[in-house]
Amino acid sequence: MTTAPEREAVPSPGARAAAGAAGAMPAPRRYHAAVWNEPLIMELGRPGRRGVFAPAVEPGIGALAGDPGALVPAAARRKAPPALPELSEWEVLRHYLRLSQQTLGMMGVSLFGTCTMKYNPAVSEALSRLPEVREVHPLQAEETLQGLLEVVYGLDLALRELSGMQQFVFQPGGGADASYLQACITRAYHDAQGELSKRVEVITTIQAHPCNSATAAAAGFKVITLPLEEKGYPSLAALESALSDRTAALFVNNPDDMGIYNPEITDWVEAVHRAGGLCFYDHANFNGVMGKIRAAELGFDACMFMLHKTFGAPKGGGGPAVGAYGCSERLAPYLPGPVVVLEDGRFHITEPAGGVGRVREFIGNFPQILKAYAWVRAMGGEGIDEASDLSVLASNYMGARLRRVPGVTRSHPSISGPRMEMSRYSLETLTRETGVTAVDVQNRMTDFGIDAFWLSHEPWVVPEPFTPEVGETWPKEDIDEWLAVLEFVCREAYDDPETVRTAPHNQSVHRVDSAHLDDPGGWATTWRAYRAKHGRA
Amino acid sequence: MWRPSWRGNDERRKMAALLGLLVNPVAGMGGRVGLHGTDGTSRLAEARRRGAASVTTPRARRAVQRLAGRDIEILAAPGAMGADVMVAGGAEGRTLEMQVGPETTAADTQRAARLLADAGVALVLFAGGDGTAGDIVRTIGQRVPILGIPSGVKMRSGVFAANPEAAGELAAEFLARAERPVAAADVVDVVEAGTAPGFPGRPPDVELRGQASVPSLGAGRLPGPKSSSVLASSAAIEALCRAVAAELSPGTLYLFGPGSTTGRILDVMGLPSSPLGVDAVQDGALVGADLGEPAIVELMGLSPKTKLVLGVIGGQGFLLGRGNQQLGPAVLSRIAPEDLTIVSSADKLVALQPPLLRVDVGDEASFAWATGFQRVRVGPSRFMMMRVAGAA
Repeated sequence: MTTAPEREAVPSPGARAAAGAAGAMPAPRRYHAAVWNEPLIMELGRPGRRGVFAPAVEPGIGALAGDPGALVPAAARRKAPPALPELSEWEVLRHYLRLSQQTLGMMGVSLFGTCTMKYNPAVSEALSRLPEVREVHPLQAEETLQGLLEVVYGLDLALRELSGMQQFVFQPGGGADASYLQACITRAYHDAQGELSKRVEVITTIQAHPCNSATAAAAGFKVITLPLEEKGYPSLAALESALSDRTAALFVNNPDDMGIYNPEITDWVEAVHRAGGLCFYDHANFNGVMGKIRAAELGFDACMFMLHKTFGAPKGGGGPAVGAYGCSERLAPYLPGPVVVLEDGRFHITEPAGGVGRVREFIGNFPQILKAYAWVRAMGGEGIDEASDLSVLASNYMGARLRRVPGVTRSHPSISGPRMEMSRYSLETLTRETGVTAVDVQNRMTDFGIDAFWLSHEPWVVPEPFTPEVGETWPKEDIDEWLAVLEFVCREAYDDPETVRTAPHNQSVHRVDSAHLDDPGGWATTWRAYRAKHGRA
Repeated sequence: MWRPSWRGNDERRKMAALLGLLVNPVAGMGGRVGLHGTDGTSRLAEARRRGAASVTTPRARRAVQRLAGRDIEILAAPGAMGADVMVAGGAEGRTLEMQVGPETTAADTQRAARLLADAGVALVLFAGGDGTAGDIVRTIGQRVPILGIPSGVKMRSGVFAANPEAAGELAAEFLARAERPVAAADVVDVVEAGTAPGFPGRPPDVELRGQASVPSLGAGRLPGPKSSSVLASSAAIEALCRAVAAELSPGTLYLFGPGSTTGRILDVMGLPSSPLGVDAVQDGALVGADLGEPAIVELMGLSPKTKLVLGVIGGQGFLLGRGNQQLGPAVLSRIAPEDLTIVSSADKLVALQPPLLRVDVGDEASFAWATGFQRVRVGPSRFMMMRVAGAA
């Protein structure tokens, strides 16, 4: 086993910043994860052990309350108690504390591209924990929810401002869910026009998020994918050859993950509209164009924002997601209910008569809506515009340094010039010359306390890909630290490839043998399956 | 950390995972000295004269090092054809009983492949290039899956891992499986006349040499596209082929061009296919196999409607390459544009750089109707728009 190189002294963050400013890469920080040989929770505890022993119900109260079990419908009642682990409260706390200590904790340097990893302000977390937020129920009378409904309505107005759309809903539980909603609304719209039997094709691009094609297919559409061509995006000619009276919609993002903005997008939208199709703008990569363009002004009929990435609400391990879906006046009648409207100075919850029905429960994940609203109010229009500039600037700073790292190339190397808020890079040269793959480098970087980078969505158009995204919140010294670790690992790949290939060495878990990950004989998603397949008592 | 005990699979896992190791010690030697291959004794002599050293041996050793210490039994071809590398790589195993001379030849590769297959190996891990792959596939077809350690001059066939280490890892993972899923992959070679790597403005023409069976370990386990190969995504291909087979119209004559994907459609229908030829199907029956152009034209005359199903030859995106003259102008000029179906895995299309499909049928005008953008079917309800261009 190899460990990260020891250093005599760890420079202070200020010293590292100064080194970065002077153009020299700071040396990688020494790091080692906590290691607890922690059993599964099902293997802990003893029969009869409890966290809390509740006092017996007093006879008078018991008589008044009746049998609490009777509150659960008979069909929903278990015949036998569930086989839960039996532990004391502190054993549970210790177990999960140890597990949390074995992770990087989402507070390392995470430039996990396509996900726009932003700092989630503590004040937003505090707001979402207020009793007025935490202890309400969506079925409460609307007059008791006026403050919350005002937040929903206020965020709706802000997103209208950023997109030019007529109305937003926050029901979808993520970006893919919003894409599915678009597929449902496409279906409903063409049905209302009497053309659904004919319009069965959704067009997308090879670099759109896979959820665009997947949700279109799930809603019953055929999917036609356009390949990237010499300019780094599909040609208008390819789109036009795919268009016909069978076209239902175009699902597209812009810029794509390569950071190349398609400047012909208004021609695309016009061509699709001429063919009778709808245009949906997946704003997965909104960070680079915030305040610069408005989807409706480009001609789009609908768009989607992810509150959990662009709008400062937590994503990934941090909490539930919201795909905010907005559309033009033409499509608004098909929005799923309930929607929040303002009438006579009061907020009301209404059901659109022609809506497509629920895609999720109620008005969506309210704590996320609140955090996004807090972010929008804190940033303001000018702040959002400036954040966009910063994210593009930081991305290009990083790109310029990345291309000096041995073994690294940028996607579409023939296309020079700056990219948007992120780009995709390739370790193909490194792999060819050293046998070390992008996954090996990813693993090795975690040895220095750096979160693993994102590779690429499928399919891999760029070989051995990695996709860092800086956004506007990471300071220069963090970007420099990230770059220094990447460069260290790439150089190490040439000098000592075995150490990189066998990484991680400083993590709580070493390389996971994934050979059986897609072998149904080894899967175990429940304790029962685990015992059956792996023979552990 | 604990490791799973795999009790449930113990029985199956006790079956010895036997790996055949086959090295073509002279493959790849031409590349470093400016030859476009090392096939044939005269070119090998020329490569030696120019100072070439074995490329495959050290690369094969890098792959074998990934097998050392694992629960894998190796059966290696003798001497420089495998056993030497096995020992140098620190792995253990047996050596195939077979006589070889001091200079190995294509015939030795073919004989070793046959003996390994007869010995019941679960996988032939070979070191070489397209020529070596062609020799192996010509001998054992799809009887035994193969996996290439990329070490030749040309590696356009879909049987090579991204690099030697990846080949070793893929082989080990494949052999460790209780079930060993495979997919079909095209083995191609570059047509020599008038082509050279780097020939300005025109990629080399490729010819299909046959279909191999390759390990299919899921998308996340495969080398990235644009590396020397893409191993097929078997589930998508399977769904695609079943859908095409299910949708064939009665009374229509279907011509299936060469390639592994079109071959799989015939498989699904329970029909034999000719790997390098054109087959004709009507109403679920094979009405012509490995047809020449006159026979195809004659069949077309007997049928009210003819549809053409073409696959894409991996590597250079040829729909119709040289050597497939049976689908020449006389046939193509009689096909209506809406009666052409192109099938492919999405991976194969994504790997094409530039993203073009090519035709080279001698008479460009006869296929002009199919140039420009065409829909390529990549799944039951998925398509990719691809530009089709002449070979020039």
